[in-house]
Amino acid sequence: MNDPGLKDIWVYLSASPLLGLTITLVAYGLAYRLYLRTNSNPLANPVVTSVAMLIGLLLLTGTSYNDYFEGGQFVHFLLGPATVALAVPLYQQFSRLRQLWMPVTISLLCGVVIAAGSSIWLARIFSGSFEIQMSLAPKSATAPVAMGISEKIGGLPSLTAVLVVITGITGAVLGTKLFEWIRVKDDTAKGIAMGVAAHGIGTARAFQVSNQMGAFSGLAMALSAFATALLVPWLVDLLDAWIPA
Amino acid sequence: MQFLNGITLLLVYQLVGEVTVRLLGVPIPGPVLGMVMLFITLWIRGSTPESVETASTGLLSHLSLLFVPAGVGMMAHFSRIADEWLPITLALLLSTVITMVATALVMQLTTRWLVGSAAKEEQNHE
Repeated sequence: MNDPGLKDIWVYLSASPLLGLTITLVAYGLAYRLYLRTNSNPLANPVVTSVAMLIGLLLLTGTSYNDYFEGGQFVHFLLGPATVALAVPLYQQFSRLRQLWMPVTISLLCGVVIAAGSSIWLARIFSGSFEIQMSLAPKSATAPVAMGISEKIGGLPSLTAVLVVITGITGAVLGTKLFEWIRVKDDTAKGIAMGVAAHGIGTARAFQVSNQMGAFSGLAMALSAFATALLVPWLVDLLDAWIPA
Repeated sequence: MQFLNGITLLLVYQLVGEVTVRLLGVPIPGPVLGMVMLFITLWIRGSTPESVETASTGLLSHLSLLFVPAGVGMMAHFSRIADEWLPITLALLLSTVITMVATALVMQLTTRWLVGSAAKEEQNHE
């Protein structure tokens, strides 16, 4: 970088969102190709490989996350309209949904309570700090809801955002294999479990399996966002009474 | 033009959702409320406009991409995660597995008990 011209270019690029946006798309493009190459093996989940590539690249070039996010935020922003868009596949599954509303409601409530309760309980058993317990509690909810709950119950919202992403990736990677082991074959049951446990990242994976699984996962994600916001603060108090922190 | 109209509608629903959530002070994210509102609209209307369908298919076909910037945020929390990696890893991993297995089994069993085999037959024929 002795050449002043090159240096100027670098100064320009590192201050503009263009680079962050471009590397996000290029990394995802490569990750997706790799995923197709492995015959859609969940272990090669494109979120995992592109995040790994990007973190490696940022560390190598000494770029901060904030500088990267200048560009990354454009992609990140689309999560909003994409969430709204989930109404469409859900509507297409309407007749099936109407038939299944009772099982859906029961499994959703069970799932939300188990997701939050087990993460607090397990973190407590393995002697995680109070902040970690509370940051983990809403980990299965979609990021914006989880961050709000985390703040309310004494966790660290920005750490929660990261734990939410790791949870989603874990669910997306393990989900289909787990369902095979426990012999659950209905795409509706698989979708509900995916959406409750692994929110949007699980939903993205579910859509790769089938439209029905994706639609039910999107539904479970949206409804569990409501249920988590309502139930988790109450559940924290209840757990404190049962198992002292 | 279809895609543009569709994406505009999605953004309008998101905006209405965000504003409503703020006005009422409900603890759910604006886009989730926007999704519920769009679902109700489609239900009342009885069909999905082509523009909305085009835009939603476009956005949802690469939903994974949209989580990448948030995932990269992991690098900002390396030290915190390194400090308590054991409870974090075990609690997160086990809890996610337990939640998934339990929810799938509950859904499968309640579907069998409450909806019965008729629904199952129908699904197999789809």
